[in-house]
Amino acid sequence: MSQFAINIMFVGGSFLIYILIAVWAKAGSTKDFYVAGGGVHPITNGMAIGADWMSAASFISMAGIIAASGYASSAYLMGWTGGYVLLAMLLAPYLRKFGKFTVPEFIGDRFYSKKARLVAVICLIVASLTYVIGQMAGAGVAFSRFLEVDSTTGLMIAAVVIFIYSVLGGMKGITYTQVAQYCVLIVAYTIPAVFISFQLTGNPIPALGLFSTHLDSGMPILDKLNQVITDVGFSEYSADVDSHLNMVLFTLTLMIGTAGLPHVIIRFFTVPKVADARWSAGWALVFIALLYLTAPAVASMARLNLMTTVYPDGTAAEPIKYEDRPQWVKEWEVTGLIKFTDKNEDGRIQMYNDASDAPGTAFQAKAEARGWKGNELDVNRDIIVLANPEIANLPGWVIGLIAAGGLAAALSTAAGLLLAISSAVSHDLIKGSINPGITDKGELLAARISMAIAIVVATYLGANPPGFAAQVVALAFGIAAASLFPALMMGIFSKRINNTGAIAGMLSGLVFTLSYIFVYKGWFFIPGTANLADTPANWVLGISPLSIGAIGALVNFAVAFVVSNATDEPPVEIQELVESVRYPRGAGQAQDH
Amino acid sequence: MSGHSYDAEKYWKANLRLIFGSLIVWALVSYGFGIVLRPMLSGIPIGGTDLGFWFAQQGSILTFIGLIFHYAWRMNRLDKQFGVDEE
Repeated sequence: MSQFAINIMFVGGSFLIYILIAVWAKAGSTKDFYVAGGGVHPITNGMAIGADWMSAASFISMAGIIAASGYASSAYLMGWTGGYVLLAMLLAPYLRKFGKFTVPEFIGDRFYSKKARLVAVICLIVASLTYVIGQMAGAGVAFSRFLEVDSTTGLMIAAVVIFIYSVLGGMKGITYTQVAQYCVLIVAYTIPAVFISFQLTGNPIPALGLFSTHLDSGMPILDKLNQVITDVGFSEYSADVDSHLNMVLFTLTLMIGTAGLPHVIIRFFTVPKVADARWSAGWALVFIALLYLTAPAVASMARLNLMTTVYPDGTAAEPIKYEDRPQWVKEWEVTGLIKFTDKNEDGRIQMYNDASDAPGTAFQAKAEARGWKGNELDVNRDIIVLANPEIANLPGWVIGLIAAGGLAAALSTAAGLLLAISSAVSHDLIKGSINPGITDKGELLAARISMAIAIVVATYLGANPPGFAAQVVALAFGIAAASLFPALMMGIFSKRINNTGAIAGMLSGLVFTLSYIFVYKGWFFIPGTANLADTPANWVLGISPLSIGAIGALVNFAVAFVVSNATDEPPVEIQELVESVRYPRGAGQAQDH
Repeated sequence: MSGHSYDAEKYWKANLRLIFGSLIVWALVSYGFGIVLRPMLSGIPIGGTDLGFWFAQQGSILTFIGLIFHYAWRMNRLDKQFGVDEE
């Protein structure tokens, strides 16, 4: 059977399962649509959160980023998991007790202000929409490589599948589909990693293999990797970063951003009890950790395998001839994601660090002495995971599995985000402001229509990604960290924060964070409007625009505190509301509103 | 639940203490061992690298899981103890 047929079989088979689940879990009421009827078991919910959380960025890009920069990228590993500790202790149980459908609804009720609710809706839509563009684009790439169609056609197929199961089933359909998607993506991620770890170290558990001995050289694998890459001018894989402050703030931004992302928070509204919301967060992190503990092993082993492919006889000998390059290089060359330019015209692939920051001039002199005229192989980071099984010569069915896994990761996250957007529109905007008298049936229809519109917009943006698509991580996490997380946390842990304080805090956190990002990345990401070049030398105290969300959150807390204390305290009934979310008893009644 | 009774206040204080303690551990393993204190831990080797690297890429995640389950277990017990659990 051809590789193409195998890929079709895996991808088509997994899609069929998702659609069957959706038909079985059709939503009958708004409660089904928004919170899956509130009856999801915590382990099931944990698995759904895992799929919801682990996007194309986690599945496809993260290992590639770690492979390129080693220790410095640990911020992603800690940041995207540590946020669950904050969720479990600071937000999830209390928001579950509050027992409504959306995040803006809590902010609107707690700060007794339609304006606050509207600010929250805008933050939610901007953060979720920017995030969803990346998912759709990621699905497009995976389709075009594995199903050999152009990426726009791939995107259309993805949109139709998402449309069927999310419009029909709402949260109920999405939750059970995500459970299936989690299984597909974790198996797809783990199997190649296990094979490769076993090949290189003899230890089948990748997380342990990472710290084991490399069989071919008898050295610890990370030592071997350090040696190979420093030989060709790269800095050590395990080298420390220049600025601890920046790494701390970047990690913190990712953590509080994670805790403040609405599509994750609403998952905790689907479990029956407050106690289950706590367990859910733990289970979610267990399922997420299965991938996150494996990712650093995938990263370092893929980097080593790549180096061994290019330098089969070691870095002291000459690299491989271009005509002898392995089959997987040829296949990825077609997509343009691997590019070879024979700068010194010797027919061999010289891959090394020719940047001016290469440690010491000694290496540059050595490279020149060997007749090297610049790095000749450009490898796109995003292919590390997708090409991993091919690099390690694994059988064809593993490649089909990776295709299905990458698509599962992209589709499940997209569905979760689209649900968060549609519920904000139908529940917070239409029912909350425009037409409060709408019937349950009318609202359900409105929810389905806004979901359909959100899918169309996301598909359009995925096919025509605006120039700033690469910057969305900074934007989505910055917004969630600087505006939503502090407002939610203060709403629960303080009775003194009032409407004026919360709105002032959210807006100043948001304006501060966006301004700092725009100064370096261009105003509204319009090219050429940046005030300062985006380089470490220009950053204030060495803080990168990616790390600024944490400071924005501090600004939000400080402003809200000062303004609230200068104005009247919240009315008694609001203080009682805060009191009531702190104690689990009575959550069942609260939900039936 | 009126929430104004002496017991309710004690429950909330116990919760805050538990959160505070958990967050100290949370910060210590990630920002501490994983980043800022890494140079101090560089003397402790772990398969080709040092303890700080292990905490940054493995240890902190494992600790986070432990923290959440510990918190859930303790809180669910406190709920019952103070009679604020859901029947």
